[in-house]
Amino acid sequence: MTDTFDKGNAAFIAKRYSSERRFRAYGAAALAISVLFLVYLIADIGIRAWPSFFEHRAVLEVNLDASKIPAGNVQTGDFEGVVRTAFRGGFPGITARSDLKSLTSLLSAGAADDLRQQTVANPASIGTTVKAGVLLADDADLYLKGMLTDTVKTPGKTNLQLAQSGDEFILTGDLSQLAAGQIVRANGGALRIASIEAGLARAEAVMPPVTLNTLAPGTWDILSFSHAEADRRIDDRQVVWLESLRDKGAIEKHFAWRFFTNGDSREPELAGLRGAIAGSLLTLIVTLSLSVPLGIAAAVYLEEFAPKNKWTEIIEVNINNLAAVPSIIFGLLGLAVFINFMGLPRSAPLVGGLVLALLVLPTIIIASRAAMKAVPPSIKEAALGVGASHQQAVFHHVLPLAVPGILTGTILGVARALGETAPLLMIGMVAFIVDVPKGFTEAATVLPVQIFLWSDLPEVAFQSRTAAAIIVLLGILFCLNAVAIYMRKRFERRW
Amino acid sequence: MKKVLLAVSALALFAGPALARDQIRIVGSSTVYPFTTTVAENFGKTSGMKTPVVESTGTGGGLKLFCSGAGEDTPDMTNASRRIKKSEFEDCAKNGVSEIVEIKVGFDGLSIAASKEAAPMKLTKEQIFLALAKQIPDKDGKLIDNPNKLWSDIDASLPKQKIEVLGPPPTSGTRDSFAELAMEPGAAKIKPLADLKKADVKAYDAVWKSMREDGAFVEAGENDNLIVQKLQANPAAVGIFGFSFLEENSSTIKDVEIDGVAATYETIASGDYKMSRPLYVYVKKQHVGVVPGIAEFVAEYVSEKALGEDGYLGAKGLITLPGADAEKSRADATAMAVLTIDGLK
Repeated sequence: MTDTFDKGNAAFIAKRYSSERRFRAYGAAALAISVLFLVYLIADIGIRAWPSFFEHRAVLEVNLDASKIPAGNVQTGDFEGVVRTAFRGGFPGITARSDLKSLTSLLSAGAADDLRQQTVANPASIGTTVKAGVLLADDADLYLKGMLTDTVKTPGKTNLQLAQSGDEFILTGDLSQLAAGQIVRANGGALRIASIEAGLARAEAVMPPVTLNTLAPGTWDILSFSHAEADRRIDDRQVVWLESLRDKGAIEKHFAWRFFTNGDSREPELAGLRGAIAGSLLTLIVTLSLSVPLGIAAAVYLEEFAPKNKWTEIIEVNINNLAAVPSIIFGLLGLAVFINFMGLPRSAPLVGGLVLALLVLPTIIIASRAAMKAVPPSIKEAALGVGASHQQAVFHHVLPLAVPGILTGTILGVARALGETAPLLMIGMVAFIVDVPKGFTEAATVLPVQIFLWSDLPEVAFQSRTAAAIIVLLGILFCLNAVAIYMRKRFERRW
Repeated sequence: MKKVLLAVSALALFAGPALARDQIRIVGSSTVYPFTTTVAENFGKTSGMKTPVVESTGTGGGLKLFCSGAGEDTPDMTNASRRIKKSEFEDCAKNGVSEIVEIKVGFDGLSIAASKEAAPMKLTKEQIFLALAKQIPDKDGKLIDNPNKLWSDIDASLPKQKIEVLGPPPTSGTRDSFAELAMEPGAAKIKPLADLKKADVKAYDAVWKSMREDGAFVEAGENDNLIVQKLQANPAAVGIFGFSFLEENSSTIKDVEIDGVAATYETIASGDYKMSRPLYVYVKKQHVGVVPGIAEFVAEYVSEKALGEDGYLGAKGLITLPGADAEKSRADATAMAVLTIDGLK
């Protein structure tokens, strides 16, 4: 110490400055790394999620056959049947049962849902032919989004001769554009190149060509793929069908509203978040209406009225400890008390809300107490000085000034409750629930549980849905935080 | 605020006990979950009844809930990726669940796979055991800590590559099945261990149940999708997971043949591929007729359009039962044949 003052040691001062500069650099680096991680995480999820917000539909001319759709009971009409007929009608050459099955598998199990709704709303259309967009199945949808294989279309620029020998087709002429594994589309058919030998290419029919004419430049084209047929979940025939639909302009891309308006489903293209969002909302209503009044009441009592003795100290220590208890413990408690002892229904938002209320209660109590502590004592003393009772001083002066802090604590608690899955496992909310819950005792699930369940399913399309659900959850949390900041700014008072 | 508090506490006190239930409740295995949920959804769409609620609790947890008693607050069915144990059956009987119907619904194959970019590999169960067991016998038959670092240490024909296998953690049913279907048969083929089996079964069981902990076997989490993603990123690693994940991700990962048989739909269904396990659904017969729709739901499950060769469960990756077994399942389901304790382990 004496060094500094006695000699004004320049080297020492320089060392101090450089130490501070280093510290600042470390701080900035730490911040930069965290931001980098966050940006990477959100960008990665966002990129994965993006395709899920869109869906592909095939536009068909559907004849609403009055014999299949009874005008008196439109809801039960065989819309699947008429949609299937219309879809198959676009491919008249296909008659074998297995081919038809493979063709129809391009349509979603819920392909007719939209048409059914439209027709129920407009029964006059029965018996007429309408233009309808029908939803494609997940694999077809993934293919069209380019997620199964990259397909490149190249127009044919040379003259080719086509001949047939048995089941095999032989292409001769200028073969410079061709390679094995490609599909050549010509003369109303499609041929997969099996091998290329000196001067001739052997091919097998994916869809038999109608004629065997010479292929002139511009009348044929090539489809080449980044993944061979065995390596993707859609076969060459289905690719040819989808591409011919795309060429006809019969494929449309739309925003996938049903991702927000449907309940859960095992078909990725039909699965939506409405059930989970409704479940989260119902659960949070129960959580909030219990934990906020209880939490604030407990905080006011402990902070302002409770005598300072051994008992209140024990209670305080326990509240602080409870805030750090792993959440699964609260689930076990919920199972034992609410379900087994009180006999409340399993999987219900009521029980979920009760459990989560217990979970966030300590957070709210601690935050509320801290907020009340931060109100300058002079305000309370002034109130007491002009003759207010203790209760009046607290409720008229301390509590209103503590509201911003209490709100922040509450919203943080809600954000935690919104993201919990572990305690809900025990009380049966980790479940497949199709029907959107309408009451507090109906079976329901919540957003983070939906994410967990989808992440574990084998269908590739669900991975993108999972990411999309995470984006929705993050969005809701972001809005909640924005509300918290707005409220705090609004009610905040400085001294 | 007071009113809200009162209203909620009143609701909490008077909502239960559970009202008469009109929705089927199913719990159990996460392996069977993708299939039962598919049936549930189709049932809900076509029957006009409420869609059953299917919880994913794991086989053991599901059977525990299922066996906790008969009554509307207990589940009607449970999914299981193994057969019910004798102890569980007795537990059920003790709690008044006296009539259980067992329906075998199909098979799940356990596949070993690697990235498409990896060098092709074929393994035998013996090699799997030698690669992954914590202790293996040395030349003299004495148990030593597993010294194998490279695949080529086990057999010269295998690639000169570090042993790195990603698999499920011990809490997973898949891990149990892997130990029983790959490690045990592998151990049994090794002479000193086969002798040990005869001499001291407990010691033998400990040998094939213990997996390496020195980094060659990596517990990669319950989520099979995670293992698949790690394989895509790391061509040097090999992963263990359910067959449906192999099928869904055929563009990026490929199967490793076990004992010369590749895991395909056909080889698993025919039984040639030995690393497969049967999947079951258990029904509480006492609930049939009390909770509406159980008989209809079970009928849907075993129907031709679900469980048949071209059924929608096959499309979801379930390996459906061969003809005779399917007939038996159908007969069990129609007759609601009650399971007896004989033959349970």
